[in-house]
Amino acid sequence: MKRLTCPVNGIRDIAEFQYLGPFRSTSPEDAAALTEHLFYAPNPIGPMIEWWRHRPTNTVFLAERHTATDHVLRTWLPGTAEPQEGKTQNG
Amino acid sequence: MPFALLSYGLTKRHKSFEDIPKTPELKRSYDVVIIGGGGHGLATAYYLSNVHGVKSIAVLEKGYLAGGNTARNTTTIRSNYLTQPSIRFYKEGVELYQSMSRDLGFNVMFSQRGQLTLAHSEATMRSFHLRAEMGKHMGTRIEVVDAKTVQELSPHLNMDFGGQHEILGGLWHADGGTARHDAVAWGYAKRAAEKGVEIHQRTAVTAIRTAKGRVTEIVTDRGTIQAGQVVQAAGGLNGQIAELAGLRLPIRCFPLQAMVTQPLKPFLDTLVSSANLHTYLVQSSRGEIVIGGGSDPYQLASTRSTFDQKEHLAHGALHLFPFLHNVRLLRQWAGITDMTPDYSPIMGATELANYWVDAGWGTWGFKATPVSGKYMAECVATGRVPDVLAPFALDRFDRFALLNEMGATAASH
Repeated sequence: MKRLTCPVNGIRDIAEFQYLGPFRSTSPEDAAALTEHLFYAPNPIGPMIEWWRHRPTNTVFLAERHTATDHVLRTWLPGTAEPQEGKTQNG
Repeated sequence: MPFALLSYGLTKRHKSFEDIPKTPELKRSYDVVIIGGGGHGLATAYYLSNVHGVKSIAVLEKGYLAGGNTARNTTTIRSNYLTQPSIRFYKEGVELYQSMSRDLGFNVMFSQRGQLTLAHSEATMRSFHLRAEMGKHMGTRIEVVDAKTVQELSPHLNMDFGGQHEILGGLWHADGGTARHDAVAWGYAKRAAEKGVEIHQRTAVTAIRTAKGRVTEIVTDRGTIQAGQVVQAAGGLNGQIAELAGLRLPIRCFPLQAMVTQPLKPFLDTLVSSANLHTYLVQSSRGEIVIGGGSDPYQLASTRSTFDQKEHLAHGALHLFPFLHNVRLLRQWAGITDMTPDYSPIMGATELANYWVDAGWGTWGFKATPVSGKYMAECVATGRVPDVLAPFALDRFDRFALLNEMGATAASH
């Protein structure tokens, strides 16, 4: 079973998490930026920063994950300077 | 005929033939270059060469012929969509499958056995009524049926009366069917190659050079070529290929996982699909039960299967057909689907004058192989986007003119 490191709750089963999509900024006032935000999400083959949520505790956090290898490079709470080391494990 | 066959069988001197010629040397330039040697790219090459008389065409395939999503899809052919432009388009796709074996002189094993989509809630039944009325209006064979008719259509189904997934009724789409995916690609490739289309396998596009709003050169790992017109039909790599040309596509990639069981005697003569259980099943002509439809829950560019998804698919399949519990799995796989925000494809022109896209086919591309090939070829041959493709234009996202088919794209979402 795949696992993910929540910055608050530590290593948990990935079934406890909800994927909230790639991290991207937007401005509701700017039509072009809004279109970009809604439809043109990042889709790299490589590292990507994205939002995740630990459902039981409603902890929303950021993760950097490689989209080809599916390895999570780090996870951290938004606004914190020090990203917490994280990793996925199969076992 | 039997005597001819017998005498052919007894002859010692058989003439060997190849359906697909070996990859030739790459020339310096072609009138049309098609990036992607899957079903869509090959169908486009077929229509360009056989219908529009284009002589100089090269199909560039990074791996082997039809080895991407053409090989990994679950071969559902249907037209039970929700919006008028979609139904019109996919209906023609189904019709082209009906005559495909005859048109190509190549047996694609098309079997029009009907698709049964199950409703486990009143909300689903209501959405089925909408889809059925839209389909009838557009002239497809589709109707909402009650639980008793579902039982008659597929007597082996676990109706789960009184249970969590009780089957309340279904959407019966008599036009639905299935075909042999490899044969579709090979049939198009063979007939295109006969007309001089060059199919370059193991030829990866590494760069696309543009100048003054046109593509000028395509750089591959086997040399650089010039192209009059370029069609992109690169499946899971559509986003990356478009980036090479300096274009951005509204695409996110998710793997779609499927699997097949060992061959069984024929018992399932419809396609069965359940949106609630995120599972659909079809029995192939070889007797294998194809179990499909699990998308990974987050973006990924990997074709590695996961135990979670396989377990999930097995759970759905066993709920619908509990007697499959001792059946062994023969193969399992994943394909990278290029998903669009509105679950409709992107076809037609781009901001580059001679560059056409056939992308965003996500989990619904196989059924459209002939019809997208037909109209993409028309784009290239005439230089204009046909009316039928206009609603699928890339710029619809900037105009907020979306074509929402999320509810009609099978069971994976």
